[in-house]
Amino acid sequence: MGLVNGFFEWFGSLGVFFWRVLRAAVTPPYEWRELIRQLDEVGSKSFPLVALAGAAIGVVISLEARYSLSRFGAKSMFPATLVYSVIQVMGPIITGLIVSGRVGAGIGAELASMKVTEQIDAIEASAINPYRLLAATRILACILMLPLLTLAADACGLLTGWFAQSLVEPLSFHQFIQSGFHGATFNAFLPPTFKTAVYGLIIGLIACFQGMRTRGGAEGVGRAATNSVVLGSLFLILADVVLVKFILVVFH
Amino acid sequence: MATAYDIAMKQAETPQNGRASVVAVENLRKSFGSRKVLNGISLSVGSGETLAVLGRSGTGKSVLLRLIIGLETPDSGSVRIHGQNIVGLALDRLGEIRKKMGFLFQHAALYDSLTVAGNVAFPLAHHRKDLSNSERSDRVKQLLAEVGMEKDLDKMPSDISGGMQKRVGLARALALDPEILLLDEPTAGLDPISSGEIDDLILKLQRERQMASIVVTHDLHSARTIANRLALLDQGNVVIEGEYEDLKQSEIELVKEFLKQQ
Repeated sequence: MGLVNGFFEWFGSLGVFFWRVLRAAVTPPYEWRELIRQLDEVGSKSFPLVALAGAAIGVVISLEARYSLSRFGAKSMFPATLVYSVIQVMGPIITGLIVSGRVGAGIGAELASMKVTEQIDAIEASAINPYRLLAATRILACILMLPLLTLAADACGLLTGWFAQSLVEPLSFHQFIQSGFHGATFNAFLPPTFKTAVYGLIIGLIACFQGMRTRGGAEGVGRAATNSVVLGSLFLILADVVLVKFILVVFH
Repeated sequence: MATAYDIAMKQAETPQNGRASVVAVENLRKSFGSRKVLNGISLSVGSGETLAVLGRSGTGKSVLLRLIIGLETPDSGSVRIHGQNIVGLALDRLGEIRKKMGFLFQHAALYDSLTVAGNVAFPLAHHRKDLSNSERSDRVKQLLAEVGMEKDLDKMPSDISGGMQKRVGLARALALDPEILLLDEPTAGLDPISSGEIDDLILKLQRERQMASIVVTHDLHSARTIANRLALLDQGNVVIEGEYEDLKQSEIELVKEFLKQQ
């Protein structure tokens, strides 16, 4: 019974938190300076990790796809398989999970630490809305940067996927791209890329929520960081199920 | 015989010592779960006056300050700032009233990612957009000079002592020229010399700025030094309120015990 109550209490509190952040985000004064700082924190500083993960995924898909397609005599499908696998499936989800791990944990721990040392109370006591300054800026930065980071992961994945293939079987990059994107429309690639803005909302919202409701010293900070990553990643994957179905219905 | 509640209610409604009440809390109650922290407290403070709220740890002193600045919401009762009840006000509306208040937290609560100067500049950067960068910088230096920290502008909070952190916290609390100053255990955890310095600093600021101040402390010596009036809290109630002499002459067992322990 307590678990059920806790479940509904958590979602109720999350809803109230989201409403407060939304109201603070759309009303002035706007925290431009903090937003730019967070765009840098979420975007620039996640870029190397996301690019590396994208590159690794490109190589893995390239190796697996070549092997599988060869078995079915469909080697000519390799470029399209790689392009679609990276851009529609792996790029967005890998970027989301990497950012959830790096940024979600960072935001959760930072805000939790500020909460237990009364720094958030000090912000509020200074007549500054912490939902606007701390939460809205971080969530917005996640929403804006996730699609851009996904594009970076996709580009690295395609590049390393092509490179891994061309080591075995020479194929010019121009040929690879032409063959891979043959007959493709924007509808095939834009929705999967921009759905990551929803991932950004989930990662930022859950991390800020967990951080700002923390209680209980160092243990609470650790718990907030862990919960930010675990819950953020879980809800991100669950949201992906809904988003993929939504994209298939609306855009195809 | 009038109870402490009756006296405080009267003081809250009428000018006190010739001064109108700047802060008045009336019948304030607050519980956390089943634990009652404040049990119908009424107190008031006028302009230029300092009230010290005394009591043992866990008697709700800090909660009282958090209620006055709106960081907690009472279960019932009112908190009036210049006559306006702030209970239930929206965050942005409450923010307008908070600009008139300075708050020194028990552990200073300095922003650990900002320098000493950055901490003091923080409220100014948000609320005094009319100041240019150089004007803001001058104001920060002036505030830090007031608390004797002008040489430590670029240090990080982790690089300075507890007493210095309290000084910086005080400078930050004064940044917007508040009419009300709330101090939560300003001398807690400090050695006697640093405590005395903080007391002297608060007295100096009071003389210069004539704010309405509420100081929460368990240090009777400090309270006697900086406050005009003292209130003793126990189990969420005001046991006695008055000048130090009133406390000394009190026949209430708890008051005698408290004075003896100090």
